[in-house]
Amino acid sequence: MFGYILRRVLQAIPVFLGTTLLIYFMVFAMPGDPIVALFGDKGVNPAVADQLRHQYHLDQPFIVQYLIYIGGLFVGDFGTSFSGQPVANILAQTFPVTIRLAMLSLLFEMIVGIGIGLVSGLRKGKWFDNSALVMSLIFISLPIFVIAFVFQFFFAIKLGWARPTVSGAANWGELILPAIVLATVSIAYIIRLTRASVIDTADQDFVRTAYSKGLSRGRVVRVHILRNSLIPVVTFLAVDFGVLLVGATVTEGIFNVPGVGRTLYQAIIRGEGPTVVSFVTVMVLIYLVVNLLTDLLYAALDPRIRYGK
Amino acid sequence: MSEQPLLRITNLQVEFPTQGGAVRAVDGVNLELFAGQTLAIVGESGSGKSTTAHAIVDLLPGAGKVTGGSILFDGQELVGATAAQLEHVRGRQIGFVPQDPMSNLNPVWSVGFQVEEAIRANGVATGKQEVREAAIDVLRKAGLADADRRLKQFPHQFSGGMRQRVLIGIGLSANPKLLIADEPTSALDVTVQRTILDHLDELTREKGTSVILITHDLGLAAERAEQLVVMYRGKIVESGPSREILTNPQHPYTKRLVAAAPSLASRRLTAGLSVSSADSEFDLTAVASKRASQTTVGEVAISLADVSKVYSIRGSGFKSTPFTAVDSVSFDIKRGTTMALVGESGSGKSTVAKMLLGLEKVTSGSIVIDGQDVSSLNAKELFALRGRMQPVFQDPYGSLDPLRNIANTIAEPLVTHHVGTRAERTARVRELLEQVSLPWSISSRYPGELSGGQRQRVAIARALALKPDIVVLDEAVSALDVLVQAQILQLLAELQSELELTYLFITHDLAVVRVIADEVCVMNKGQIVEAGTTSRIFESPTQEYTQNLLDAIPGANIRLGA
Repeated sequence: MFGYILRRVLQAIPVFLGTTLLIYFMVFAMPGDPIVALFGDKGVNPAVADQLRHQYHLDQPFIVQYLIYIGGLFVGDFGTSFSGQPVANILAQTFPVTIRLAMLSLLFEMIVGIGIGLVSGLRKGKWFDNSALVMSLIFISLPIFVIAFVFQFFFAIKLGWARPTVSGAANWGELILPAIVLATVSIAYIIRLTRASVIDTADQDFVRTAYSKGLSRGRVVRVHILRNSLIPVVTFLAVDFGVLLVGATVTEGIFNVPGVGRTLYQAIIRGEGPTVVSFVTVMVLIYLVVNLLTDLLYAALDPRIRYGK
Repeated sequence: MSEQPLLRITNLQVEFPTQGGAVRAVDGVNLELFAGQTLAIVGESGSGKSTTAHAIVDLLPGAGKVTGGSILFDGQELVGATAAQLEHVRGRQIGFVPQDPMSNLNPVWSVGFQVEEAIRANGVATGKQEVREAAIDVLRKAGLADADRRLKQFPHQFSGGMRQRVLIGIGLSANPKLLIADEPTSALDVTVQRTILDHLDELTREKGTSVILITHDLGLAAERAEQLVVMYRGKIVESGPSREILTNPQHPYTKRLVAAAPSLASRRLTAGLSVSSADSEFDLTAVASKRASQTTVGEVAISLADVSKVYSIRGSGFKSTPFTAVDSVSFDIKRGTTMALVGESGSGKSTVAKMLLGLEKVTSGSIVIDGQDVSSLNAKELFALRGRMQPVFQDPYGSLDPLRNIANTIAEPLVTHHVGTRAERTARVRELLEQVSLPWSISSRYPGELSGGQRQRVAIARALALKPDIVVLDEAVSALDVLVQAQILQLLAELQSELELTYLFITHDLAVVRVIADEVCVMNKGQIVEAGTTSRIFESPTQEYTQNLLDAIPGANIRLGA
């Protein structure tokens, strides 16, 4: 097991270098001069521009810029944004917000998605199942900004259950509404995935054997159907958690959540290389960790899967 | 024996709703079973034998429902019983041993957990330690000597035979009055089958448990049960003491079944008995005796010399350990004859077939086909050779592409080898369908619409499309019901004499070998332990291993007409 984890961590090194290099190159290759753009409508002062270029190493060749950046990472220096803020500070402000949002969202997905999916699967073809399928289809079809606006209007403005937008503090309570919006689409997929998986498992021979032992229906569902059905769902949830952690640009935009998605979007627009690459670097690391945890979780749920020895 | 039967089924009706209306799977079944008795229900797939068994404990698959009749168990009516009543009966009073040991244990829970669960649910023991001890005891009795060590292991770490022992242990864990065993050993090797059934006999005799044994194997049924019920299309066609039914079948279906059972056919041969072929459409004895008279002495078509196959098994880290699947195997097959390669699972027989077909590389040794060493061939020559050597595999469900219609399936080898024009290919397909006795109307249908026997005929037609000299039959009849099996064996025999085919027939079923093969090689752990003509092997086996295999054929101990 330890050997397996070590191998996975070693595999992460080329992935990490490859993705950062690629992202750095893409930001570098973006059209327009970010320094010129900083002056806005005012005339460009060549001396100041050269000074800024030197400060941000923009006068160096691409590969040197990249190496300076990577070198900085190893001593904990994520670089500085054009507004003069250390990128590390921006990361420290935005990631906790997004992590809170992602965790809330995941919680809704698990409770609502798996719950409805399980009941649907056990009552295949009954009215509950049919209405759950129709509802999930509606949520899959609607673009997320439509769901966001409808929820914002209905629950926040009409009913007044929540604030329409999130404050700078972005505490747990304020994030509930955006988290529900963010979860809706995944919930729809989880309902369908759980349902299909439950139907599949309930048909297995070992379920009949479990009944033949004299077990009650409740125990068979909990012990023999649910756990086996959750294996594919857990994989989906873990990947989805990774997606949630790297931010939701649209939902964060609509609810004014000061999270990763919105900040990254703005950094890309401004062509701030170090900021963009730093965000992506953290995201890549999150993805790698989440993926590793998924695989370990998978092995914990299914004893047939064993990595190394 | 008590006055009242333990189980009395009266006029049982079971229906499965389908889009085209309800299908009646069990139609008016009556049977009685007294305490301590063993009753076998025999029939082919779809006869309703398993459905009857499942109906007793109300575990019908899908939307199946008991629509009429009564099941009286120990004075209690089970038809229409509440869920709570049924939970009380299941496990505690009626134990159930399912068919397929591979799929009947939950893969994500340890074996110990699944046994302990049954013990706890039926109140056999309470308290962590007692339950654990009871579980060990149950598994020991079921034949797992090292049960205490293996409780924590998962089903995939057990062999098929071991898993079946676990399932038998679970079925008997609460000392039920009745045990229903649904084809408990049909997925296992014959020798394993015998030990497991012997063990089951012992356990049930000890406790006076009644047993309902569901099986498709007439020989097995007769050997293990006093009472026999033969089912056909949802109805009981014949019932009574098993010896009587076997020696003097009354119903035409039972007669056909008796004639087609390969285990009994081979027994009849050695007993020097003959059955007039007028009794049935498919009489394996007739096929076999016809074979014996045709002694063809041709030149050698296939020659294997010291062929070995070594796989490297991935171990911990980067190390790998070599595993010898086939260990210097040598044999010759003469043209127009059949060589049977027999062995239990894991004996390496299928690996030999794969190497012959060029699907696996030979580690050492040589395979010579018609004087050509296969390993010296280049890609083009190998392609040409493959056209002359065709396989038929075990599973007629898995070996046909479900999205290709029958005509295209049969024509595929012709297309691959660029044989003929479109019209010529269609003509050839028509000819092939005729050879395997399938109507032309089947050509536009899809594999899913055919029965198992029809599919295997299609697979044979596809194998014959390129007019090969050699056909490799890998367990080609193992998945089929006895009657269908008999038909396919007869077809293979006819095609062989008609087209001068050379067969390599791979099987675990010695009973089938008797009727189809001229020569036999018995394989065990990658090596050939005994080789010789079929009659020599069957009449005077020199190796203990072969003797064990022969003894394990169900029905082998029954003396017909004696």
